[in-house]
Amino acid sequence: MKKTFSIGGVHPDDKKISAGCAIEVLPTPKTVYISMAQHLGGPAKAVVAAGDKVKTGQVIGEPTGFISAFVHSSVTGTVKSVGLYKDLAGIPVVHVEIETEPDEWADGIDTTDTLVTEIPQDKNFIVDRIKSNGVVGLGGATFPTNVKLCPPPDKKADILILNGAECEPYLTSDYRIMIEKSRQIVVGAALMKRVLGVNHVVIGIEENKPEAISKMKEAVASLASSSSDYSGIEVVALKKKYPQGGEKQLIDAITRRQVKSMGLPIDVGAVVQNVATSLAVYDAVQKNKPLIDNTVTVTGECFPKQSNLLVRVGTPLSYIIDYLGGVPENAAKAVSGGPMMGKAIANLDAATLKGTSSVLFLTEEQTRRKPETNCIRCGKCAEACPMGLEPFLLNKLARNGMMDELEQNAVQDCIECGCCLYSCPANIPLLDTIRIAKGEVIRIIRSRTAPKK
Amino acid sequence: MTTTIIWTIVAITVLGVLLAVVLYLVATKFKVEEDPRIDEVEKVMPGANCGGCGFAGCRAFAQSCVESANLDNNFCPVGGNEVMKKVAAVLGLEVKEKAPMVAVVRCNGTCANRPAVNDYDGLKSCKVKAALYSGDTGCFYGCLGCGDCVAACQFGAISMDPETGLPVVDEEKCTACGACVKACPKKIIELRNKGPKGRRVFVSCVNMEKGAVARKACSAACIGCGKCAKECPFGAITVEHNVAYIDFNKCKLCRKCVAVCPTGAIHDINFPTPAPKQEKTASKPAAGKPAEAGKPLPVKPAEEASQTTDKKEE
Amino acid sequence: MNKLLVSPSPHIHSKTSTHSLMLDVVIALLPSVIVSVLYYGWSAVTVLASSVVFCTLLEYLITKYLLRRPTTIGDLSAVVTGIILALNLPPAAPWWVALIGAIVAIGVAKMTFGGLGQNVFNPAITGRVFLLISFPTIMTSWGGAKGFIGGVDAVSGPTPLGIVKEGLMQGQTLDQIFAANDFSYLQMLFVNIGGSAGEISALAVLIGFIYMLARKVIRPYITLSVLVTVAVFSGIFWLVDPAQYTDPLFNLLTGGVLLGSVFMATDYVTSPMSDKGGIIFGIGIGVITMLIRYFGSYPEGMSFAILIMNATVPLINKFCKQKKFGRA
Repeated sequence: MKKTFSIGGVHPDDKKISAGCAIEVLPTPKTVYISMAQHLGGPAKAVVAAGDKVKTGQVIGEPTGFISAFVHSSVTGTVKSVGLYKDLAGIPVVHVEIETEPDEWADGIDTTDTLVTEIPQDKNFIVDRIKSNGVVGLGGATFPTNVKLCPPPDKKADILILNGAECEPYLTSDYRIMIEKSRQIVVGAALMKRVLGVNHVVIGIEENKPEAISKMKEAVASLASSSSDYSGIEVVALKKKYPQGGEKQLIDAITRRQVKSMGLPIDVGAVVQNVATSLAVYDAVQKNKPLIDNTVTVTGECFPKQSNLLVRVGTPLSYIIDYLGGVPENAAKAVSGGPMMGKAIANLDAATLKGTSSVLFLTEEQTRRKPETNCIRCGKCAEACPMGLEPFLLNKLARNGMMDELEQNAVQDCIECGCCLYSCPANIPLLDTIRIAKGEVIRIIRSRTAPKK
Repeated sequence: MTTTIIWTIVAITVLGVLLAVVLYLVATKFKVEEDPRIDEVEKVMPGANCGGCGFAGCRAFAQSCVESANLDNNFCPVGGNEVMKKVAAVLGLEVKEKAPMVAVVRCNGTCANRPAVNDYDGLKSCKVKAALYSGDTGCFYGCLGCGDCVAACQFGAISMDPETGLPVVDEEKCTACGACVKACPKKIIELRNKGPKGRRVFVSCVNMEKGAVARKACSAACIGCGKCAKECPFGAITVEHNVAYIDFNKCKLCRKCVAVCPTGAIHDINFPTPAPKQEKTASKPAAGKPAEAGKPLPVKPAEEASQTTDKKEE
Repeated sequence: MNKLLVSPSPHIHSKTSTHSLMLDVVIALLPSVIVSVLYYGWSAVTVLASSVVFCTLLEYLITKYLLRRPTTIGDLSAVVTGIILALNLPPAAPWWVALIGAIVAIGVAKMTFGGLGQNVFNPAITGRVFLLISFPTIMTSWGGAKGFIGGVDAVSGPTPLGIVKEGLMQGQTLDQIFAANDFSYLQMLFVNIGGSAGEISALAVLIGFIYMLARKVIRPYITLSVLVTVAVFSGIFWLVDPAQYTDPLFNLLTGGVLLGSVFMATDYVTSPMSDKGGIIFGIGIGVITMLIRYFGSYPEGMSFAILIMNATVPLINKFCKQKKFGRA
């Protein structure tokens, strides 16, 4: 029996139709728009002005506060403007617009392909490199990695989990890097292992990616034989079930420990990082290369050319799409990220971020919501909820604004995975209402606990 | 047979008397002492329990009135001055009169002015839509058209106009309770002075985008050109963050701004004749003080109104 | 290019809909329907057809003219109610009995509460119980049907449960009753002429049960809990006094226990949401059914048991929540 998380979950068709496409480097566009809000926490403060010349990998945004991150120029060129530019939701955010020229890398960056397997002894050196190269979690939340790797002193991690589940349908970017850059990922894992001081690293991969599992196992085995820095790393195959890649679900699946409500993984001694983050950590520490590009899957049944592209941060989505032949006629929706948790793209001129993992096209038939009908109390939403909540109840409470009851029924535990809405036979927009209610309840909880501290 | 009936009657009577005594004892023991004036005040309240005053309902408002030393912080927007006078009479306090207010929707984004650029397919709720993205038009600031304000209004005073896609306030029914102001995630609705004979002038746009961008998204957007501010003889208009705002305490309804606005973003309501174009208008003049009207997004609503809203947010 | 759709996540939906779920229930009911048509012939066809048509028509008329909303007959829930109601009626029931049943089921038990999902009591059972109380003679006379197979005249007598009750009331012991009647358990499992259309074949009901489980339409807990409770409860009594109380197998195979526990107790709307709640619900049904069978004046108590337990569902839902992640 393969491991998986204990409560709920759904089994959408995995549709990894772009799995066979090797990662291709996308030519650099003429203009890039680099957002200053690419991570969770305070947006970076732009430190360049119009007219400045920047090199590839040069810092253009500095963190503002503890939870924030550096932003680097992904290209060489001239800053055209620093100002508001609409993100994919159409909301104006500060971007640095750069007109590109041929690449000229900033000093100190190793741009060769040589694999560096030696793990530095100094923890602070590793953390500094991760921080100064702007590495953020690439699993979706884009939480600054250096912060996550430095838990408060009273909490100690004993296991590092690398998330290679990629449980969302369609997405294949993590799959491709696990196949093509398996060794780099393992080195990244060893680097984080050193920082955290843990002895055990588990790389969790869903069973529907046998090739990735074998490649990763091979990489772990060969590196483990070369140095003791790589001991204690294992690859674990997981049963295919969505949302396996959810942080709490993955910890549950691998360690059988359940993170408490409103708690953090570190409370149960676990730290979870995405495989793509691990790759970014490798680049940052071993190559001193900032996070300026990432793998983006462009896919969808209606999209003629499936691909996995290595894209510079700040590339306009429309440029990527045009490069692959434009928006297909019958596409009704473009999604950034997976179909379960991704964001619908309202503005195709928006630029990619560090955390952009895919552009997915869905047809009207695949994605258009059907009219809402009466709840038949079948309980399928509760059965599907990986947090053991009762979405039908939360939906009702949310629509009536019953905040106390919402809190009692643990709306704040919702991870917004979308299983409830996905499985509802009556097409009730459960998550739409629950998400809003969750935000309000968390605000209430915070305002209640904050003054006490 | 007869004895059974008699016994039954006796037993039930005795039981009834016993229970009545118990009820009486319990009622006296657990009696809650309350200021009788709360009941009196509550009687003169409208009884809508709308929460427009910032309290949980009419009774909570009444209690607050009874407990406070003056009525400066308590105002029932639904009952208005009349009700407040009655409350004051009950409590023997003074009350300051307040000008009647009305909810004003400040968005020109009709379907014609502001074409949709994408198709929203989620729950029909402004709150959900606002949390998701900028909206289905090019304007990030404008009305989302899902009718949260309509749902929030307890008086049936707001309805969606199917033609424009914008909410319409029925000023007869509007009590200026402010529920719609709180419900609107884009903060488009503002409580403004109802004005003499219901006449009022306001900028029907809150778009903070630069002129060209705003214009591109909506042909009737305020482009922040400042013509109105220059034209205004009373200094009632300020332009900040690319959008004009008319301070209704200073506005004398001369409508010069309406005439000069290049996009038609300034609306005049309930005037018998259309706004005079370019020619001199002779409305009641008055002294103009330097305007200080605030930033447009966290709109500076009527001083009175903001008090009530603030209270609720705490 | 068309305007892009924008909505909150998730952007895909499972293929399950109310319609598909109800269609699965209809398919699961088919074996029972076929068996009843084979053995009760045209009478069964009439009852089935009139019940389904009346239920659907009523729902259509009520949504269209009374509630003035888009009609909901497309979700097939009225068809399911119609079939279940028909399977609960005697084979030779006249069409107007089906009509009255449909009016009570759809009109009173379902639509007055606001339609599918809002009703407290199972519509089909409400209709059936109403008929049972209003027309006891028609609802308990099992004769008059002519089957397509199973002999020229498959005129059936009273149900085994009825025979037993009758016998016990007349002071006979179970041994005497069983000796006088030929109760074959094997026959009960496959085809037992006697009882309403849905009670003929236990096997047909079980096939439907397995189909619904396989299609993940229902979870097995409620059904199993009813069956186990009936078996345990009757087992205890039978062991104490086999002359007075019928044995567990007899109780499982006769009457409406199977049909009720598979198709009626598992109705989404009127059963608890959680598995734990479902087990409690099932135990309640089992106990009440057996109490009525052993000590009540009616020979069968399944319908009453389900209706009584339906009323407790909101309470069960309140107290039986599933375990939440990361909470003790």
